[in-house]
Amino acid sequence: MTPLLQVESLSKFYGNHLGCGDVNFTLWPGEVMGIVGESGSGKSTLLNCLAGHMAPDTGRVIFDTRTDGPRDTVTMTEPERRWLARTDWAFVHQNPRDGLRMNVSAGGNVGDRLMAVGARHYGDIRRQAQDWLGRVEIDQARIDDRPRAFSGGMQQRLQIARNLVTGPRLVFMDEPTGGLDVSVQARLLDLLRGLVRRLGLSAVIVTHDLAVVRLLADRLMVMKDGRVVEQGLTDQVLDDPQDAYTQLLVSSVLQV
Amino acid sequence: MIEISGVAKRFVLHNQGGVVLPVMEGAALSVQAGECVALVGASGAGKSTLMRMIWGNYRCDEGSIRVAGVELRDAEPRAVIALRRSKLGYVSQFLRVIPRVPTLDVVAEPLLAQGMDEAQAQARARAMLARLNIPERLWSLSPTTFSGGEQQRVNIARGFIQDWPVMLLDEPTASLDAGNRAVVLDLIREAKARGAAILGIFHDAEARAAVCDREVDVTGFTPARNAA
Repeated sequence: MTPLLQVESLSKFYGNHLGCGDVNFTLWPGEVMGIVGESGSGKSTLLNCLAGHMAPDTGRVIFDTRTDGPRDTVTMTEPERRWLARTDWAFVHQNPRDGLRMNVSAGGNVGDRLMAVGARHYGDIRRQAQDWLGRVEIDQARIDDRPRAFSGGMQQRLQIARNLVTGPRLVFMDEPTGGLDVSVQARLLDLLRGLVRRLGLSAVIVTHDLAVVRLLADRLMVMKDGRVVEQGLTDQVLDDPQDAYTQLLVSSVLQV
Repeated sequence: MIEISGVAKRFVLHNQGGVVLPVMEGAALSVQAGECVALVGASGAGKSTLMRMIWGNYRCDEGSIRVAGVELRDAEPRAVIALRRSKLGYVSQFLRVIPRVPTLDVVAEPLLAQGMDEAQAQARARAMLARLNIPERLWSLSPTTFSGGEQQRVNIARGFIQDWPVMLLDEPTASLDAGNRAVVLDLIREAKARGAAILGIFHDAEARAAVCDREVDVTGFTPARNAA
């Protein structure tokens, strides 16, 4: 099997300040990896470098493309990277407003992604949009409503539908359950877990919530001050943390 | 199916002055297919630690732990994930689930993860829940609100839904009434009969006598206290 994503010595600086440094990992098809760390630890910088939103200063990000096999996404052309972002990748933002077009209907938000990869038949697009609204548990009667009329949890589910409709193989998520009520979070977690399993997706999830990674991620990376301090199997990192910072992080969680 | 030799484990508490706690040394045991072995020893002697090292959520510092031919010491996450998906089952004492997910889906999940279709997986989950006397009206509810005994039975249903070649059981009969205890002991006998290798912790001496072929006392693996 070929790894889906191989990251080698990736570093990003903001001036003299280290964003993230010397990150290495290999993600295999079907794996979900969590990245945890406190604010400013570099986890979002890393995610943005992986997803092509930001150019790293050093290192390689090798993605196994459908057509040409493993390619370094850092050195490919901007149009090539954009095409990957529309077809093979998906990016779920913490704030659904950053990932949705707020003035376009729910159906239009989903259909938009399909049209970006060449779909032109109105009936097909609408049918697929309807199917996806159903999968993310949004009432199909609301297909023509705009997302601003939706609750936060519904907006987040719509953003997920918009992202997954084109059948990506790798999903980047930045705090996907942040800002949601806990009851809404639980439903979203269940939905995400079901979709990841059914579609065989791989995902990289950035969060500061250890409960979320325990439920969603197979493996875990812990970051502090731009460095990876520990990585491994999720329950091993959480139950038997080796690094001083990870031990502090795990022992700081409030028990309910 | 389980081969352990020369296993040592210590905890280093970085945030408590770097205290080093050696908790195990020289652990060795083996469990063959079709055999059920009980771990015994006083509370704190390391039974659960050893179980967790075999499950892979505790790291093995020294020695070797092989499960169904896979070496767990320094194993890549994906090797452990693959092992847990198809070969190694674990019935823990506590159920950890996403809130609001129905019991039926919680039990069917290991089968779905293996790629079985939903209808078939749910049919098997229904049969297993019925066998463990979980009333049908509870199947569509989340187990988070269930009583301790009901949660334990959901956990057992989830653990035994798949024919794992290797199983770890942590107090499978704790908090069960006599009728359900008998069902669980039957499930263990059936698993042995189809060739599963089982390692378990049973505080219930009668249950242990009923299904276990031999005992391994972990007290022999506990480092001398004065060394700590």
